Amino acid sequence: MHGHLSQAEFLAGMAAFLGVFYLSLAIMNAIAAAFLWESGRGVTLFRVNVFGLYSLPFTTPILWLLVATYFVALSPLAFSGDPYMMWWVSLPTVVIDTIDYWVNPTVYTVGSLVFFGSLFWMRRFFVKPVVAWSCFNLVLLFMGFSMTNQSFSAIVTKADNVPIVGLMFLLGFFTWLATSRAVANDDRALRGEPPLESVDNEKVLVWPDLVYTELICMVAVLALLLVWGLLLQAPLEEPASSVKTPNPSKAPWYFLGLQEMLVYYDPWMAGVVLPSVILFGLIAIPYLDFNKLGNGYYTISQRKFAYLNFQFGFLVLWVTLIVMGTFLRGPNWNFFHPFETWDTHKVEALSNVDLSQWFWNDLFGVARPKAPEGSGGLKQFLYIAYRESPGIVFIIGYLVLLPPVMAATFMRKFFIKMGFIRFMVLSNLMLMMGLLPLKMILRWSVNLKYFISIPEYFLNL
Amino acid sequence: MDSLSEIIRNSQIWKSIIRHPMPVDRRNRIVVMLTNFFLHLHPVSAKKQGIALSYTWCMGGITFFLFLVETVTGVLLMFYYRPTVEWAYSDIVALRDVVSLGVLRELHRWGAHAMVITVWLHMYRVFLTGSYKPPREFNWVLGVILLLLTLLLSFTGYLLPWDQLAIWAITVGSNMARATPFLGNEGPGAALLTVGGIDMITNASDARFLTLGARFVGEETLNRFYVLHCVAIPLGAALLLAIHFWRIRKDGGISGPL
Repeated sequence: MHGHLSQAEFLAGMAAFLGVFYLSLAIMNAIAAAFLWESGRGVTLFRVNVFGLYSLPFTTPILWLLVATYFVALSPLAFSGDPYMMWWVSLPTVVIDTIDYWVNPTVYTVGSLVFFGSLFWMRRFFVKPVVAWSCFNLVLLFMGFSMTNQSFSAIVTKADNVPIVGLMFLLGFFTWLATSRAVANDDRALRGEPPLESVDNEKVLVWPDLVYTELICMVAVLALLLVWGLLLQAPLEEPASSVKTPNPSKAPWYFLGLQEMLVYYDPWMAGVVLPSVILFGLIAIPYLDFNKLGNGYYTISQRKFAYLNFQFGFLVLWVTLIVMGTFLRGPNWNFFHPFETWDTHKVEALSNVDLSQWFWNDLFGVARPKAPEGSGGLKQFLYIAYRESPGIVFIIGYLVLLPPVMAATFMRKFFIKMGFIRFMVLSNLMLMMGLLPLKMILRWSVNLKYFISIPEYFLNL
Repeated sequence: MDSLSEIIRNSQIWKSIIRHPMPVDRRNRIVVMLTNFFLHLHPVSAKKQGIALSYTWCMGGITFFLFLVETVTGVLLMFYYRPTVEWAYSDIVALRDVVSLGVLRELHRWGAHAMVITVWLHMYRVFLTGSYKPPREFNWVLGVILLLLTLLLSFTGYLLPWDQLAIWAITVGSNMARATPFLGNEGPGAALLTVGGIDMITNASDARFLTLGARFVGEETLNRFYVLHCVAIPLGAALLLAIHFWRIRKDGGISGPL
């Protein structure tokens, strides 16, 4: 995919793009500064004491102007295309080495959970425009600095991966927008005020108030699509060949979360059962969510349970796994961090153990039960069931015994409100969703391969 | 000039096509919504906060617009494309190198990616505003099915260029069907479906065979995916879209605080 260019040639090729990139960031920040200055929405961050005479306010417009100046300074460095100059707009080696040393699937997945968790707990801090805009700038700066790395730039600029980069920024923006509106509404609710959506909410005519918005959106989308199409050619590889298997073979990007699940579950689970459960779970949402609050306005604290469940499924599991499957999985579906060259010969030791193996061999020190040679079908079946009994008991306990326990303990209120059937559906959907992180944790900690391993019937779980 | 446009707008031809006067005053802004076919999907008036861009993000509307873009560019692409193993790849090469307006395939492909993203963002917004709650439960269900159809449209379209990217992505995807419980020849329980010692579920009769029309991704698959992509799924999606939009109106319009 790359490696045909020397680093100097590569940097020369990136120069124009990066120069324009930093210039655009400068313009973007300058516009933000001008907007805040003009509208008077700037905020004083702190005051600077000059010789004890004046106390000058350091406001957000000044901050964004300084940031803009910084990006203006970076632009010619990037435009130069000279390796020595571009050292200043590249990630320090120590950062790449740290990532190289620390990042693996475990750190990435747990890190994502911690990341989203802290965004949630500190949402009041992160929704502040100055904080959100700073984060946005930092992410763009990190992207820019990373683009001088050949591996990173190759994977991010691959034509079919560009939409996922876009998706990440769009999700960031809209999550910020929704959260800041939710936080504002939650504060209003504490003060006994109605949500923002109720204020100044008289009826207006759809022509012009809605149809003009729609028209402008259409024109904007079409313009974006045309620019996107003119700048970036749709990928077309060599003609199809059923004998030459590319490595890695990847499904389309929106299914890469499912392909990533194949690391932990067999195709019948990752490719058939779990996707069906996801679809069924989505359909079931309106019939399981009995909370009447939060209908038609943004809020978090009035529907925390539904909110956290959805965000865990969508952002933490679905989106995070897609990003991992797209950017961090290379040949043989091995894990490669973003600055690592995709080496086809990278070998990762796999020494995973089935639950039954561990139970019989390690715990009891005996061989796994096996039907005598030449015994009949039923006897074979019973022996297999006996062999896999630890896993079968575990799964049955997980899916059948846990719901009543949940109903009797921390989800008592849910059970009373929902009734038996609806509660069973909800708890089983939650437990099915939990199967993935559960297997991940067991794989990372004790190298568990399958709870139930019956290759005889293609039934591995 | 004023008088010329006056003459045109007062002519019998113009008046026979466009029934309503210019929507410049309150009365005619109402009339235009009621008499124009393309606008009559909308109500005449709506709550101000409900139609605010910061509330709806316009993602549903953009998704529908992208569906239309995909339809138009798709029809144009069909003029140049033959879904056979012999011609598919070279037709795509010709589309890139020879055909005028060489940006057609780009518009179609990037529009498809964008549509998957906007569907997700639309559902994200609907969830975060609790807009699936009564009385809009069933419209959410229709939305989930439309999400599935969007993904299937994108998936079936992925094969059509017939390059390495295409067949291996579809191979990886459709290999899952082989493992369907009971209905895939490598799925759990399939071995139980035997009659008189003869397996009912084989690699020539299982869910994967149904998807591909063959034992591996080949000529039959290309034809099957082409028909699904260009005819069957778009028709289904169009029908569900119509119901989806109709239900918005019938379920009380764009959501807002009760």
